[in-house]
Formats: sequence, structure tokens, C-alpha cells
Amino acid sequence: MAEEHIILQNIHKEFQRKDHAPTIALDDVSLTIKKGEFVSLLGPSGCGKSTLLNIVAGLEKESSGSLLVNDKPIKGPGNDRIVVFQESGLFPWLSVLDNVMYGLLIKKVPKEEAKSRALNWLQKVHLGNFAHAMPHELSGGMKQRVAIARALVTDPEILLMDEPFAALDEQTRMVLHKELDKLWRDTGKTIIFVTHNIREAVVLSDRIVLMKTRPGGIKNIFPVQAARPRSSSDSILIHLENRILTELEQEMEKVLKEELGSDYALKTDHLRVDPNNNMGSDI
Amino acid sequence: MLILITIWEAISKFEVFPAFMWPPLIIPNDPGGVTVVKTLINGIISGQLLEATGSSLIRLFIGFFVAVVIGFVLGFLIYKYKIVDDTLGFFVTSLQAIPNIVWMPLAILWFGLGVGSVIFIVILGAALSITITSSTAFKSVPPLLIRVASTMGSSGFHLFRTVIFNSTIPQQIAGLRLAWALAWRAVLAGELLGGSGGLGTLLDLGRSIQAMDLIFSIMIIIGIIGSFIDNFIFVRIERFVLRKWGIQTAH
Repeated sequence: MAEEHIILQNIHKEFQRKDHAPTIALDDVSLTIKKGEFVSLLGPSGCGKSTLLNIVAGLEKESSGSLLVNDKPIKGPGNDRIVVFQESGLFPWLSVLDNVMYGLLIKKVPKEEAKSRALNWLQKVHLGNFAHAMPHELSGGMKQRVAIARALVTDPEILLMDEPFAALDEQTRMVLHKELDKLWRDTGKTIIFVTHNIREAVVLSDRIVLMKTRPGGIKNIFPVQAARPRSSSDSILIHLENRILTELEQEMEKVLKEELGSDYALKTDHLRVDPNNNMGSDI
Repeated sequence: MLILITIWEAISKFEVFPAFMWPPLIIPNDPGGVTVVKTLINGIISGQLLEATGSSLIRLFIGFFVAVVIGFVLGFLIYKYKIVDDTLGFFVTSLQAIPNIVWMPLAILWFGLGVGSVIFIVILGAALSITITSSTAFKSVPPLLIRVASTMGSSGFHLFRTVIFNSTIPQQIAGLRLAWALAWRAVLAGELLGGSGGLGTLLDLGRSIQAMDLIFSIMIIIGIIGSFIDNFIFVRIERFVLRKWGIQTAH
């Protein structure tokens, strides 16, 4: 279990913009993820959490720094690391079954075997009856389950999830949390899960990486030590949720202050205190 | 339909216009006289009209096929390379503003009166249109689908074949349908001016011998073929694809 699976060292990422100084999306991010670990990247929009995920996926290239997966540097996307996006991204011209088989056929799995493995995974996500449906016939939650099946059927070592449940309603999301938790415990995949939902991160993860903005980077890392399967009413989780929320609020306030002007304060009874206790340093 | 035919016959019977300008449709004005339907049937039986229709259609298919190939290739290049888009893309859009019959004098000088120049303007008319619609289609492939495919290990030609091309199918069909209508117009305009047989040339013959019945017969054939291919080929394919993709249609 303690084996290091993904090692990020001093990752720096800038986006070039026309007529502007480059935007620093990620500044000096170092993170080590163990094999079979479920890590959430949590933070407000603009903190570079999706960028970090895309770099691990190979969809974007880091400006500097090093990224090792299984002690090897990565070159572009690969099917050892499959991404599940916020929108399912199912191919509308293929049936559900063909969508799930897509990755297997790329790996040159024989068609019959691919079919039976795809059906097997569709049953695991409770969509066995929808194998021959077209994507447009499914609801949002069902589509997302197909997307998860499509990713996991190829047996990737790493599953990267970019706010996979953000577009779903609360009930569907809770059901999918349970299902994902079970799939993760059954398969032992390494999962990096990007979210802006604190509860989601707390319920699912082994570790939560709280990200900060401008420049994007890691603010704090919280281990989640609670037994699984978890319930969101677990007192450990509630306590942790509040701790994270407090830190996140500071971060949010910074963002809002920059966007709405310096007189903005998120909390009405808030005294401006900076972490080094220098009173009034931000006036 | 019945009312239109009745009105037509009435105009002919009361000789509002001279008979050579407005021939009767079904019932001859004097025993054994000409009618549009009779000319149409005779033309089909004698093979004259069928032959002309056949040669027009062959030109159409050759020209359209070449235009599809050219259009897809250019459309893809415009999508793939920004430099091609900036140069050729702009050029194609400007050329498209020229009605394709305007190219006929040039085509006649280059290829002579005949099949060559007819096919040339068919290709030109349809290829420009397909280039524009296919490049737009390629450009609007959702980036998400490309990312999904590449994270699963697809790239290069496989990515094009399995995702990019498939994703453009509904738009490509709409583009082909538009280009087909342009090509059909181009064939007839080309034959009308450039000779070389076919329905267009026969129309010109009808004009020169003042055979309005022949002209109307040909116009009927042109209309029937045009709407047949549109309704029975393109509309069906389009509906099938849209239904499969779950895109709502007005029908």
C-alpha cells in the first residue's frame, strides 16, 4: 500500500496570454500519492486543481517541474490514467455498450472479450439493462455511471476524476458517492478526485489536498481518518468539514476581495488578521 | 394540385397566351395536338428524355463525388492548420460568393464546349460549399470528446476515424444536402450554356424550336429528380442520424 505511485515535484504551470503577463496557474506544487490512495483536490475555481489533474492525465504539459508515474516520466495521455470529466463525454453515435467497449478496442482486446467485460462493468454500475440504449436516452446520473464504467473497464492503474458529479442533483450524487466508494474499495485503484464540494471530498477521500489561488498551489493537506463506508453524519467528518471550511473561507475571501474590491468582507464579524499575526498588515 | 391543373388548362383553352407559349397540360386543344404530358410520355418512350436525364445525372454524380472528396480534404486542412484557414479559408469564402454559372465562360475557354466544362462547374460549385460546411463541422467537434478519446489512448488517424469524423456526421450530411442542390443547379446551367447533351441542352433546344411542351416536360423532370433525391435520400439519412443521436427535430 505504501508504494509511491504518482510523484509531483515542483510543478509550475503558466498560461501565456495576449498583452498580459502570463497567468500562473500552479506555483511549485509537490505532492506524492501512494498506490491505491484516494486523494481529493479541493478548492475554489481558479486554484488550478483541474490543471493539476490535466497535467497528471497528460492532457496538458507542465511548464517546469517533474512528474513521475511508477517512477517513469509521462509523455502525453495514456490509458494507464483515464479521466472522467464533469460531463460524461459519451460518444452520441455509439450505443452505451459500444461506448464502454471503446477503450478496450483501442487496447486490441478481442471483440467478444471486450463485449463481455463491458457488459460486466455495466452491471456493476447497475446499467446492465441499458447496454443497447443510446446515450441520449439516459439521465445525467446514468451517463456519468457509463462514463465511470467506460474508464474502469480498461483497468487503468489510475482514475482521474474532474468534478465528475458536479452537474448532478444532490440525491444522484449521494448514490454515486456510495457506488464510487464501493468500486474503489473493490478495485484498489489510485484515484485523484477534483471537486469544489467539501462534503464530497470528506466522504470519499483518504487525503484532501486543499488548494489556494493566485498563484494556484497547495494550501494544506488533511488526512481523513474515518472508517468506510462513511456516512456524512460521522462526527469526525463533520469536524473536518468545518476545519476545511474555515480555511477555504479565507481563500474565498481573498478571491472575492480581488474581484469585488478591497472593501469586501465575507464575514461581517471578521477581524482582519494575517497568519503571521501582524495586525493591520493588509490595510 | 387539381386546381392548378384546372387553371392551367383554362388559360390554355381560352388562349390567353398563344398556344406555343402556353401549351395545354393534359387535354389537347385540337384533336391530336400537342400537350405537355404527351410530349413527356413520348420523350420517355422514345428514350430522348431518359437519355438526356441519364447523361445529366452521370455528370452530376461524377462532379458531386469529386467535389465531396475535394471538399472534405480542403475542409479538414482548414480545420487542422491555421495557416490554411487564414489563406485558403478566406479565399474559398470569397469564391463562394460568385454564382457558379459565372465560371462558365472561363470553363468553356479552358475545357471547350462540352462535358468537361459542365463537370468543372459542378465540381466548383459543390466543392466550395462542402469545403466551408465541412471545415465548420470539423471545427465544432466538442473538445471534450477528443479529450475523452485521447485519455483512453486514441490518437492520430484512429482519433480522426473513430471520433472526429463521426462527430461531424450530422453537419456533414446537412452540408452535402446543400451542396447537392447547388450541384444539380450547376449541371443544368452548365448544359444550358455549354451544350454537350443532357437535360439543359435539351431545354435550350426546346427554346430554339419554340417547343414549350418540351420545355415544360423537362422542367417537370428536373423538379421531380431534385425533390426525389432531396426527400428520399438526404432527408431520410438526416432523420435517421438525428434520431439515432437523439437530436430533436421539427418533423
